Amino acid sequence: MTLYTALRHFADSYGLAVIVALYLTLCLWHFRPGASPHVAAAKQSIFKDDEDGQ
Amino acid sequence: MESVVKRLGVWALVLLAAIAAIALTPDSGFAIHMGIVALVAVILIAVTATSYDPMAKAQGIFKMPPGPSRYDDDVIRWGVIATMFWGLAGLLAGVFIAAQLAFPQLNFEPYLNFGRVRPLHTSAVIFAFGGNALLATSFYVVQRTCRTTLAFPGMARFVFWGYQLFIVLAATGYLLGISQGKEYAEPEWYVDLWLTVVWLCYLAVFVGTLLRRHEPHIYVANWFYLAFIVTIAMLHVVNNLAMPVSLLGGKSYSAFAGVQDALTQWWYGHNAVGFFLTAGFLAMMYYFVPKQAGRPVYSYRLSIIHFWSLIFLYIWAGPHHLHYTALPDWAQTLGMVFSVMLWMPSWGGMINGLMTLNGAWDKVRTDPIIRMMVLALAFYGMSTFEGPMLSIKAVNSLSHYTDWTIGHVHSGALGWNGMITFACVYYLVPRLWQKERLYSLRMINWHFWLATLGIVFYASSMWVAGITQGLMWREYGSDGYLVNSFVDTVAALHPMYILRAVGGLMYLSGAIIMAYNVWMTIAGKQRVEAPMGDTAHDEANDRPIVAQPAE
Repeated sequence: MTLYTALRHFADSYGLAVIVALYLTLCLWHFRPGASPHVAAAKQSIFKDDEDGQ
Repeated sequence: MESVVKRLGVWALVLLAAIAAIALTPDSGFAIHMGIVALVAVILIAVTATSYDPMAKAQGIFKMPPGPSRYDDDVIRWGVIATMFWGLAGLLAGVFIAAQLAFPQLNFEPYLNFGRVRPLHTSAVIFAFGGNALLATSFYVVQRTCRTTLAFPGMARFVFWGYQLFIVLAATGYLLGISQGKEYAEPEWYVDLWLTVVWLCYLAVFVGTLLRRHEPHIYVANWFYLAFIVTIAMLHVVNNLAMPVSLLGGKSYSAFAGVQDALTQWWYGHNAVGFFLTAGFLAMMYYFVPKQAGRPVYSYRLSIIHFWSLIFLYIWAGPHHLHYTALPDWAQTLGMVFSVMLWMPSWGGMINGLMTLNGAWDKVRTDPIIRMMVLALAFYGMSTFEGPMLSIKAVNSLSHYTDWTIGHVHSGALGWNGMITFACVYYLVPRLWQKERLYSLRMINWHFWLATLGIVFYASSMWVAGITQGLMWREYGSDGYLVNSFVDTVAALHPMYILRAVGGLMYLSGAIIMAYNVWMTIAGKQRVEAPMGDTAHDEANDRPIVAQPAE
């Protein structure tokens, strides 16, 4: 088995599964139970002091 | 004193090396570039050795507020001025090459022919105008959202001025004929190395500032900026791997060959679009649209899904630039499928930006900056629909190599990148120069309509031109021969090329109005004008009808 074939098999199986799992975890992380207050705080954070630091 | 002597020694060494390179190189373009480096070294020696401070003088010309404010805004002010300057230069170059295509007599050989000015135009608008806008806004946003000053102030200044040197070397190089022939990556090996140094310093300043933040959460705009900086570093280094012919000359050869080189180039090229022109400008969107609207982003969770989807999908889309080439078929299909999938997160992001205005839609009428942002988002949505459509192989067989591609790029670049940058500059200038308001809001309105009409002219003429071209190229007669020669299509497109130049000229006129408006704002003037969206009130008629008794 050449290096190309080995890498290709890895990319089509475990590699793909790991990337999909990572993607779903990162997207769904902010939907975990108890995340709502953190998300709300982050959303409002840019308005905390509104004089633009001048 | 000792440090001054040390610095003088370093600059003198740079000067000597540059002079030696000029003397030894057989390559005249390389000699001119080393001359520019030597000039910079001489200026730095003069500044270090004497007490003369050219920066203070220059800050006086641009009326920059003195003294430290709460945040480190000096380099951001320079970034805003550079954005305006390079924007005008790049748009002017664009109008010039558009006119060259319509009137070939304008090709002044050899320095100002189309082949040399075209990369000057693309690099000036993408890397000089867009890049300075990204530098300035990223330093502004990261300080505000992290509630801290820039991590390495000296390095931040080096990043700004070093980047300008990169732009000057790249731009002069194109006119002198120094190019490695890779689209959007034309600068040769020594300029690439310089940009790598500058870019790693940029990364250090940005990450350093994030690390010293006084906020628990890193606001999503910074995620987009960081993705932009990290990915561009990776793309730039890999695509520019090359072996110089000589250390005393401009020419180099790519580390890859054939279709591998093509795929590396378009992996770079498409992700430059994805991470420079999309992720970076989305970072602006996620900070400045909520700030200007005075409302938080519609859905913070959607912005995170938008982010990760762009990151995971964009990087695979490059092969759609190589449909029907020697690239393996599966790789072409992969690029197409990922491009089509990209449509969803892109529209998610567009909806997120537009819905931020939910409940404040009246501002589209009264606030021309919001109106620009809405138009930018509309064009973001439009070009992220058009792009996936063009990447479908069947569509691409008609559209590829035609002006449709050019129209698509410009609806994205002028509509999305240009408009969001203009809006951010309008937002930033009064705040950075501590002015109460801009010189004129009505001039923004003029700018808005000139730019919008310019894009409409540009995009629609290129749609017509591209489809005409595509259909003419593939037309067969009953004898099985092609009906049209290439020059037949060129003649057919002439009116469209003129319309395109008109569109570009309108867009440039809008930018000139903007430059005047920004200049007068910096000068501290306020134009006397009727406010936008002021509803007239007639006191005399503002009373109920009293019923008159019949006589």
